[in-house]
Amino acid sequence: MKYEPLNAPAPSPLFQPTVTARRAAAMILRYTYLMRTSWPRIIELAYWPTVQMIMWGFMTQFLANQTSYVAQAFGVLLSAVLLWDVLFRGQLGVSLSFFEEMWSRNLGHLFVSPLRPGELVCAITVMSFIRTLIGIVPASLLAIWFFGFSVYELGLSLVVFFLSLLMFGWAVGLMVSGMVLRLGLGAESLAWACIFALLPVSGVYYPIEVLPEWLLPVAHAIPSSHVFEGMRAILQDGVVPYGLMANALLLNLVYLAIGVGIFLFAFHVARKRGLLLQVGE
Amino acid sequence: MTDSELQTSTVNAIQAIDLVKRYDDVEALSGVSFAVPFGSVTGLLGGNGAGKTTTIAIMLGLLLPTGGTVSVLGVDMRRRRHQALPYMNFSSPYVDLPARLTVAQNLRVYAMLYGVRRIKDRIAELADALDIAGLLDRPYGQLSAGQKTRVALAKALINEPKLLLLDEPTASLDPDTGDWIRRYIQDYQRETGATILLASHNMSEVERLCSDVLMMRAGRIVDQGAPAELITRYGRENMEQVFLDIARGNADHTFGDGTTSPVS
Repeated sequence: MKYEPLNAPAPSPLFQPTVTARRAAAMILRYTYLMRTSWPRIIELAYWPTVQMIMWGFMTQFLANQTSYVAQAFGVLLSAVLLWDVLFRGQLGVSLSFFEEMWSRNLGHLFVSPLRPGELVCAITVMSFIRTLIGIVPASLLAIWFFGFSVYELGLSLVVFFLSLLMFGWAVGLMVSGMVLRLGLGAESLAWACIFALLPVSGVYYPIEVLPEWLLPVAHAIPSSHVFEGMRAILQDGVVPYGLMANALLLNLVYLAIGVGIFLFAFHVARKRGLLLQVGE
Repeated sequence: MTDSELQTSTVNAIQAIDLVKRYDDVEALSGVSFAVPFGSVTGLLGGNGAGKTTTIAIMLGLLLPTGGTVSVLGVDMRRRRHQALPYMNFSSPYVDLPARLTVAQNLRVYAMLYGVRRIKDRIAELADALDIAGLLDRPYGQLSAGQKTRVALAKALINEPKLLLLDEPTASLDPDTGDWIRRYIQDYQRETGATILLASHNMSEVERLCSDVLMMRAGRIVDQGAPAELITRYGRENMEQVFLDIARGNADHTFGDGTTSPVS
């Protein structure tokens, strides 16, 4: 057969890091294009965290005059609101990017291209990071302007907390994406529901010691409770909680491994059941 | 695997051996075996539910067979499909491109995924050839069915595939656009020598494009041959009549060589 390719792609050995980065970059470009098509969507990313921050800001001002707990550490509730949103946005960023492919019935095209599931996972976690920053940074800056409270006073600990919650959000987002790939778009409400099941046991607005004893092991087993306990340790006691930070990071590695595992398993099942060609709105 | 190794590793672009696909109690494919030679245009025909889409999905690595093996461009698709995927592509009216991205954005993303060099030049070349230059800045979701088909074909050709799998490439198109697409596919195959596997319900399209035809029914390959050969063998005037014979299970006559139709 005579065949002289003009634009033939480079051969694809089993492992070629530069090629892998290029394909992940292609998917990041795809989501960036999508985000750029709708300014209201970008504004919406920052809208809800800002509304939450303002509401809890006023609540904090009120409570500061009523309770010694809040008066001692004015920023506890505001920091909790902003950090909870990191977890929520991180998870949603992963799930929604993946759902975009299901809504647009594009999974079939993507996975007959050389794109590997791991490269898609890289791309959607990068997009989650970007979407979370777009959501949280404006709200955190407005908190300084409105209430004179800067979450950045947490210093380097804030970076650790931010990354910890983001990683946990990615893990939950991947688990949810895997389940929706397996169960179909009818289950997409899981994306919103799942993360809120973690809210009570994460000790976002209160110390986990108020939880009933039987729930404490659950709280200790999730990274978010360590982050919020750590946040309170800094703001109330002025102590940098290295132990809690380490716990959160280690637990995150476990949850990320589980999240990636569930996503890849769901992808394998989708290939067995022919779901990649069937998904759509 | 290099370009030349891909070509010489097998005489057939596709080699399917005893493919079986079961979904719980339903057997979608029951021991399908066939070969598609390099450089051929092969039609995959059959009624709805015959197993065409299942077969194509297995060729693409989107679906894992329950049993059997499939080798595409010399690569075992179950285990090493990522070695073959950069050299293949696919188009189907049942799989969309992202609606909110413009045509140019969609093509750029896929060009990057396939590792195409000189992306801008390649998109311009395809836009010119497929007459979509005026559509490049329009969102894909706003295009008509005919325009979407041409864009989907541009996406399918972005990497100049050695193997092109087309699922009903002219479904729901008006006769003029359908004819235009068929001519383009013919020209592309002639110029590049690519192998094309085409699933279609349009029998005149099959007669015009295909050098070989695989006839499917109830998850099996029930006959195979060149269109003219099949027409003669079934004693019919065109492929549409042959198709109806096979789809309705009427092809139980004895052929000239004394054999009977596998359908019976």
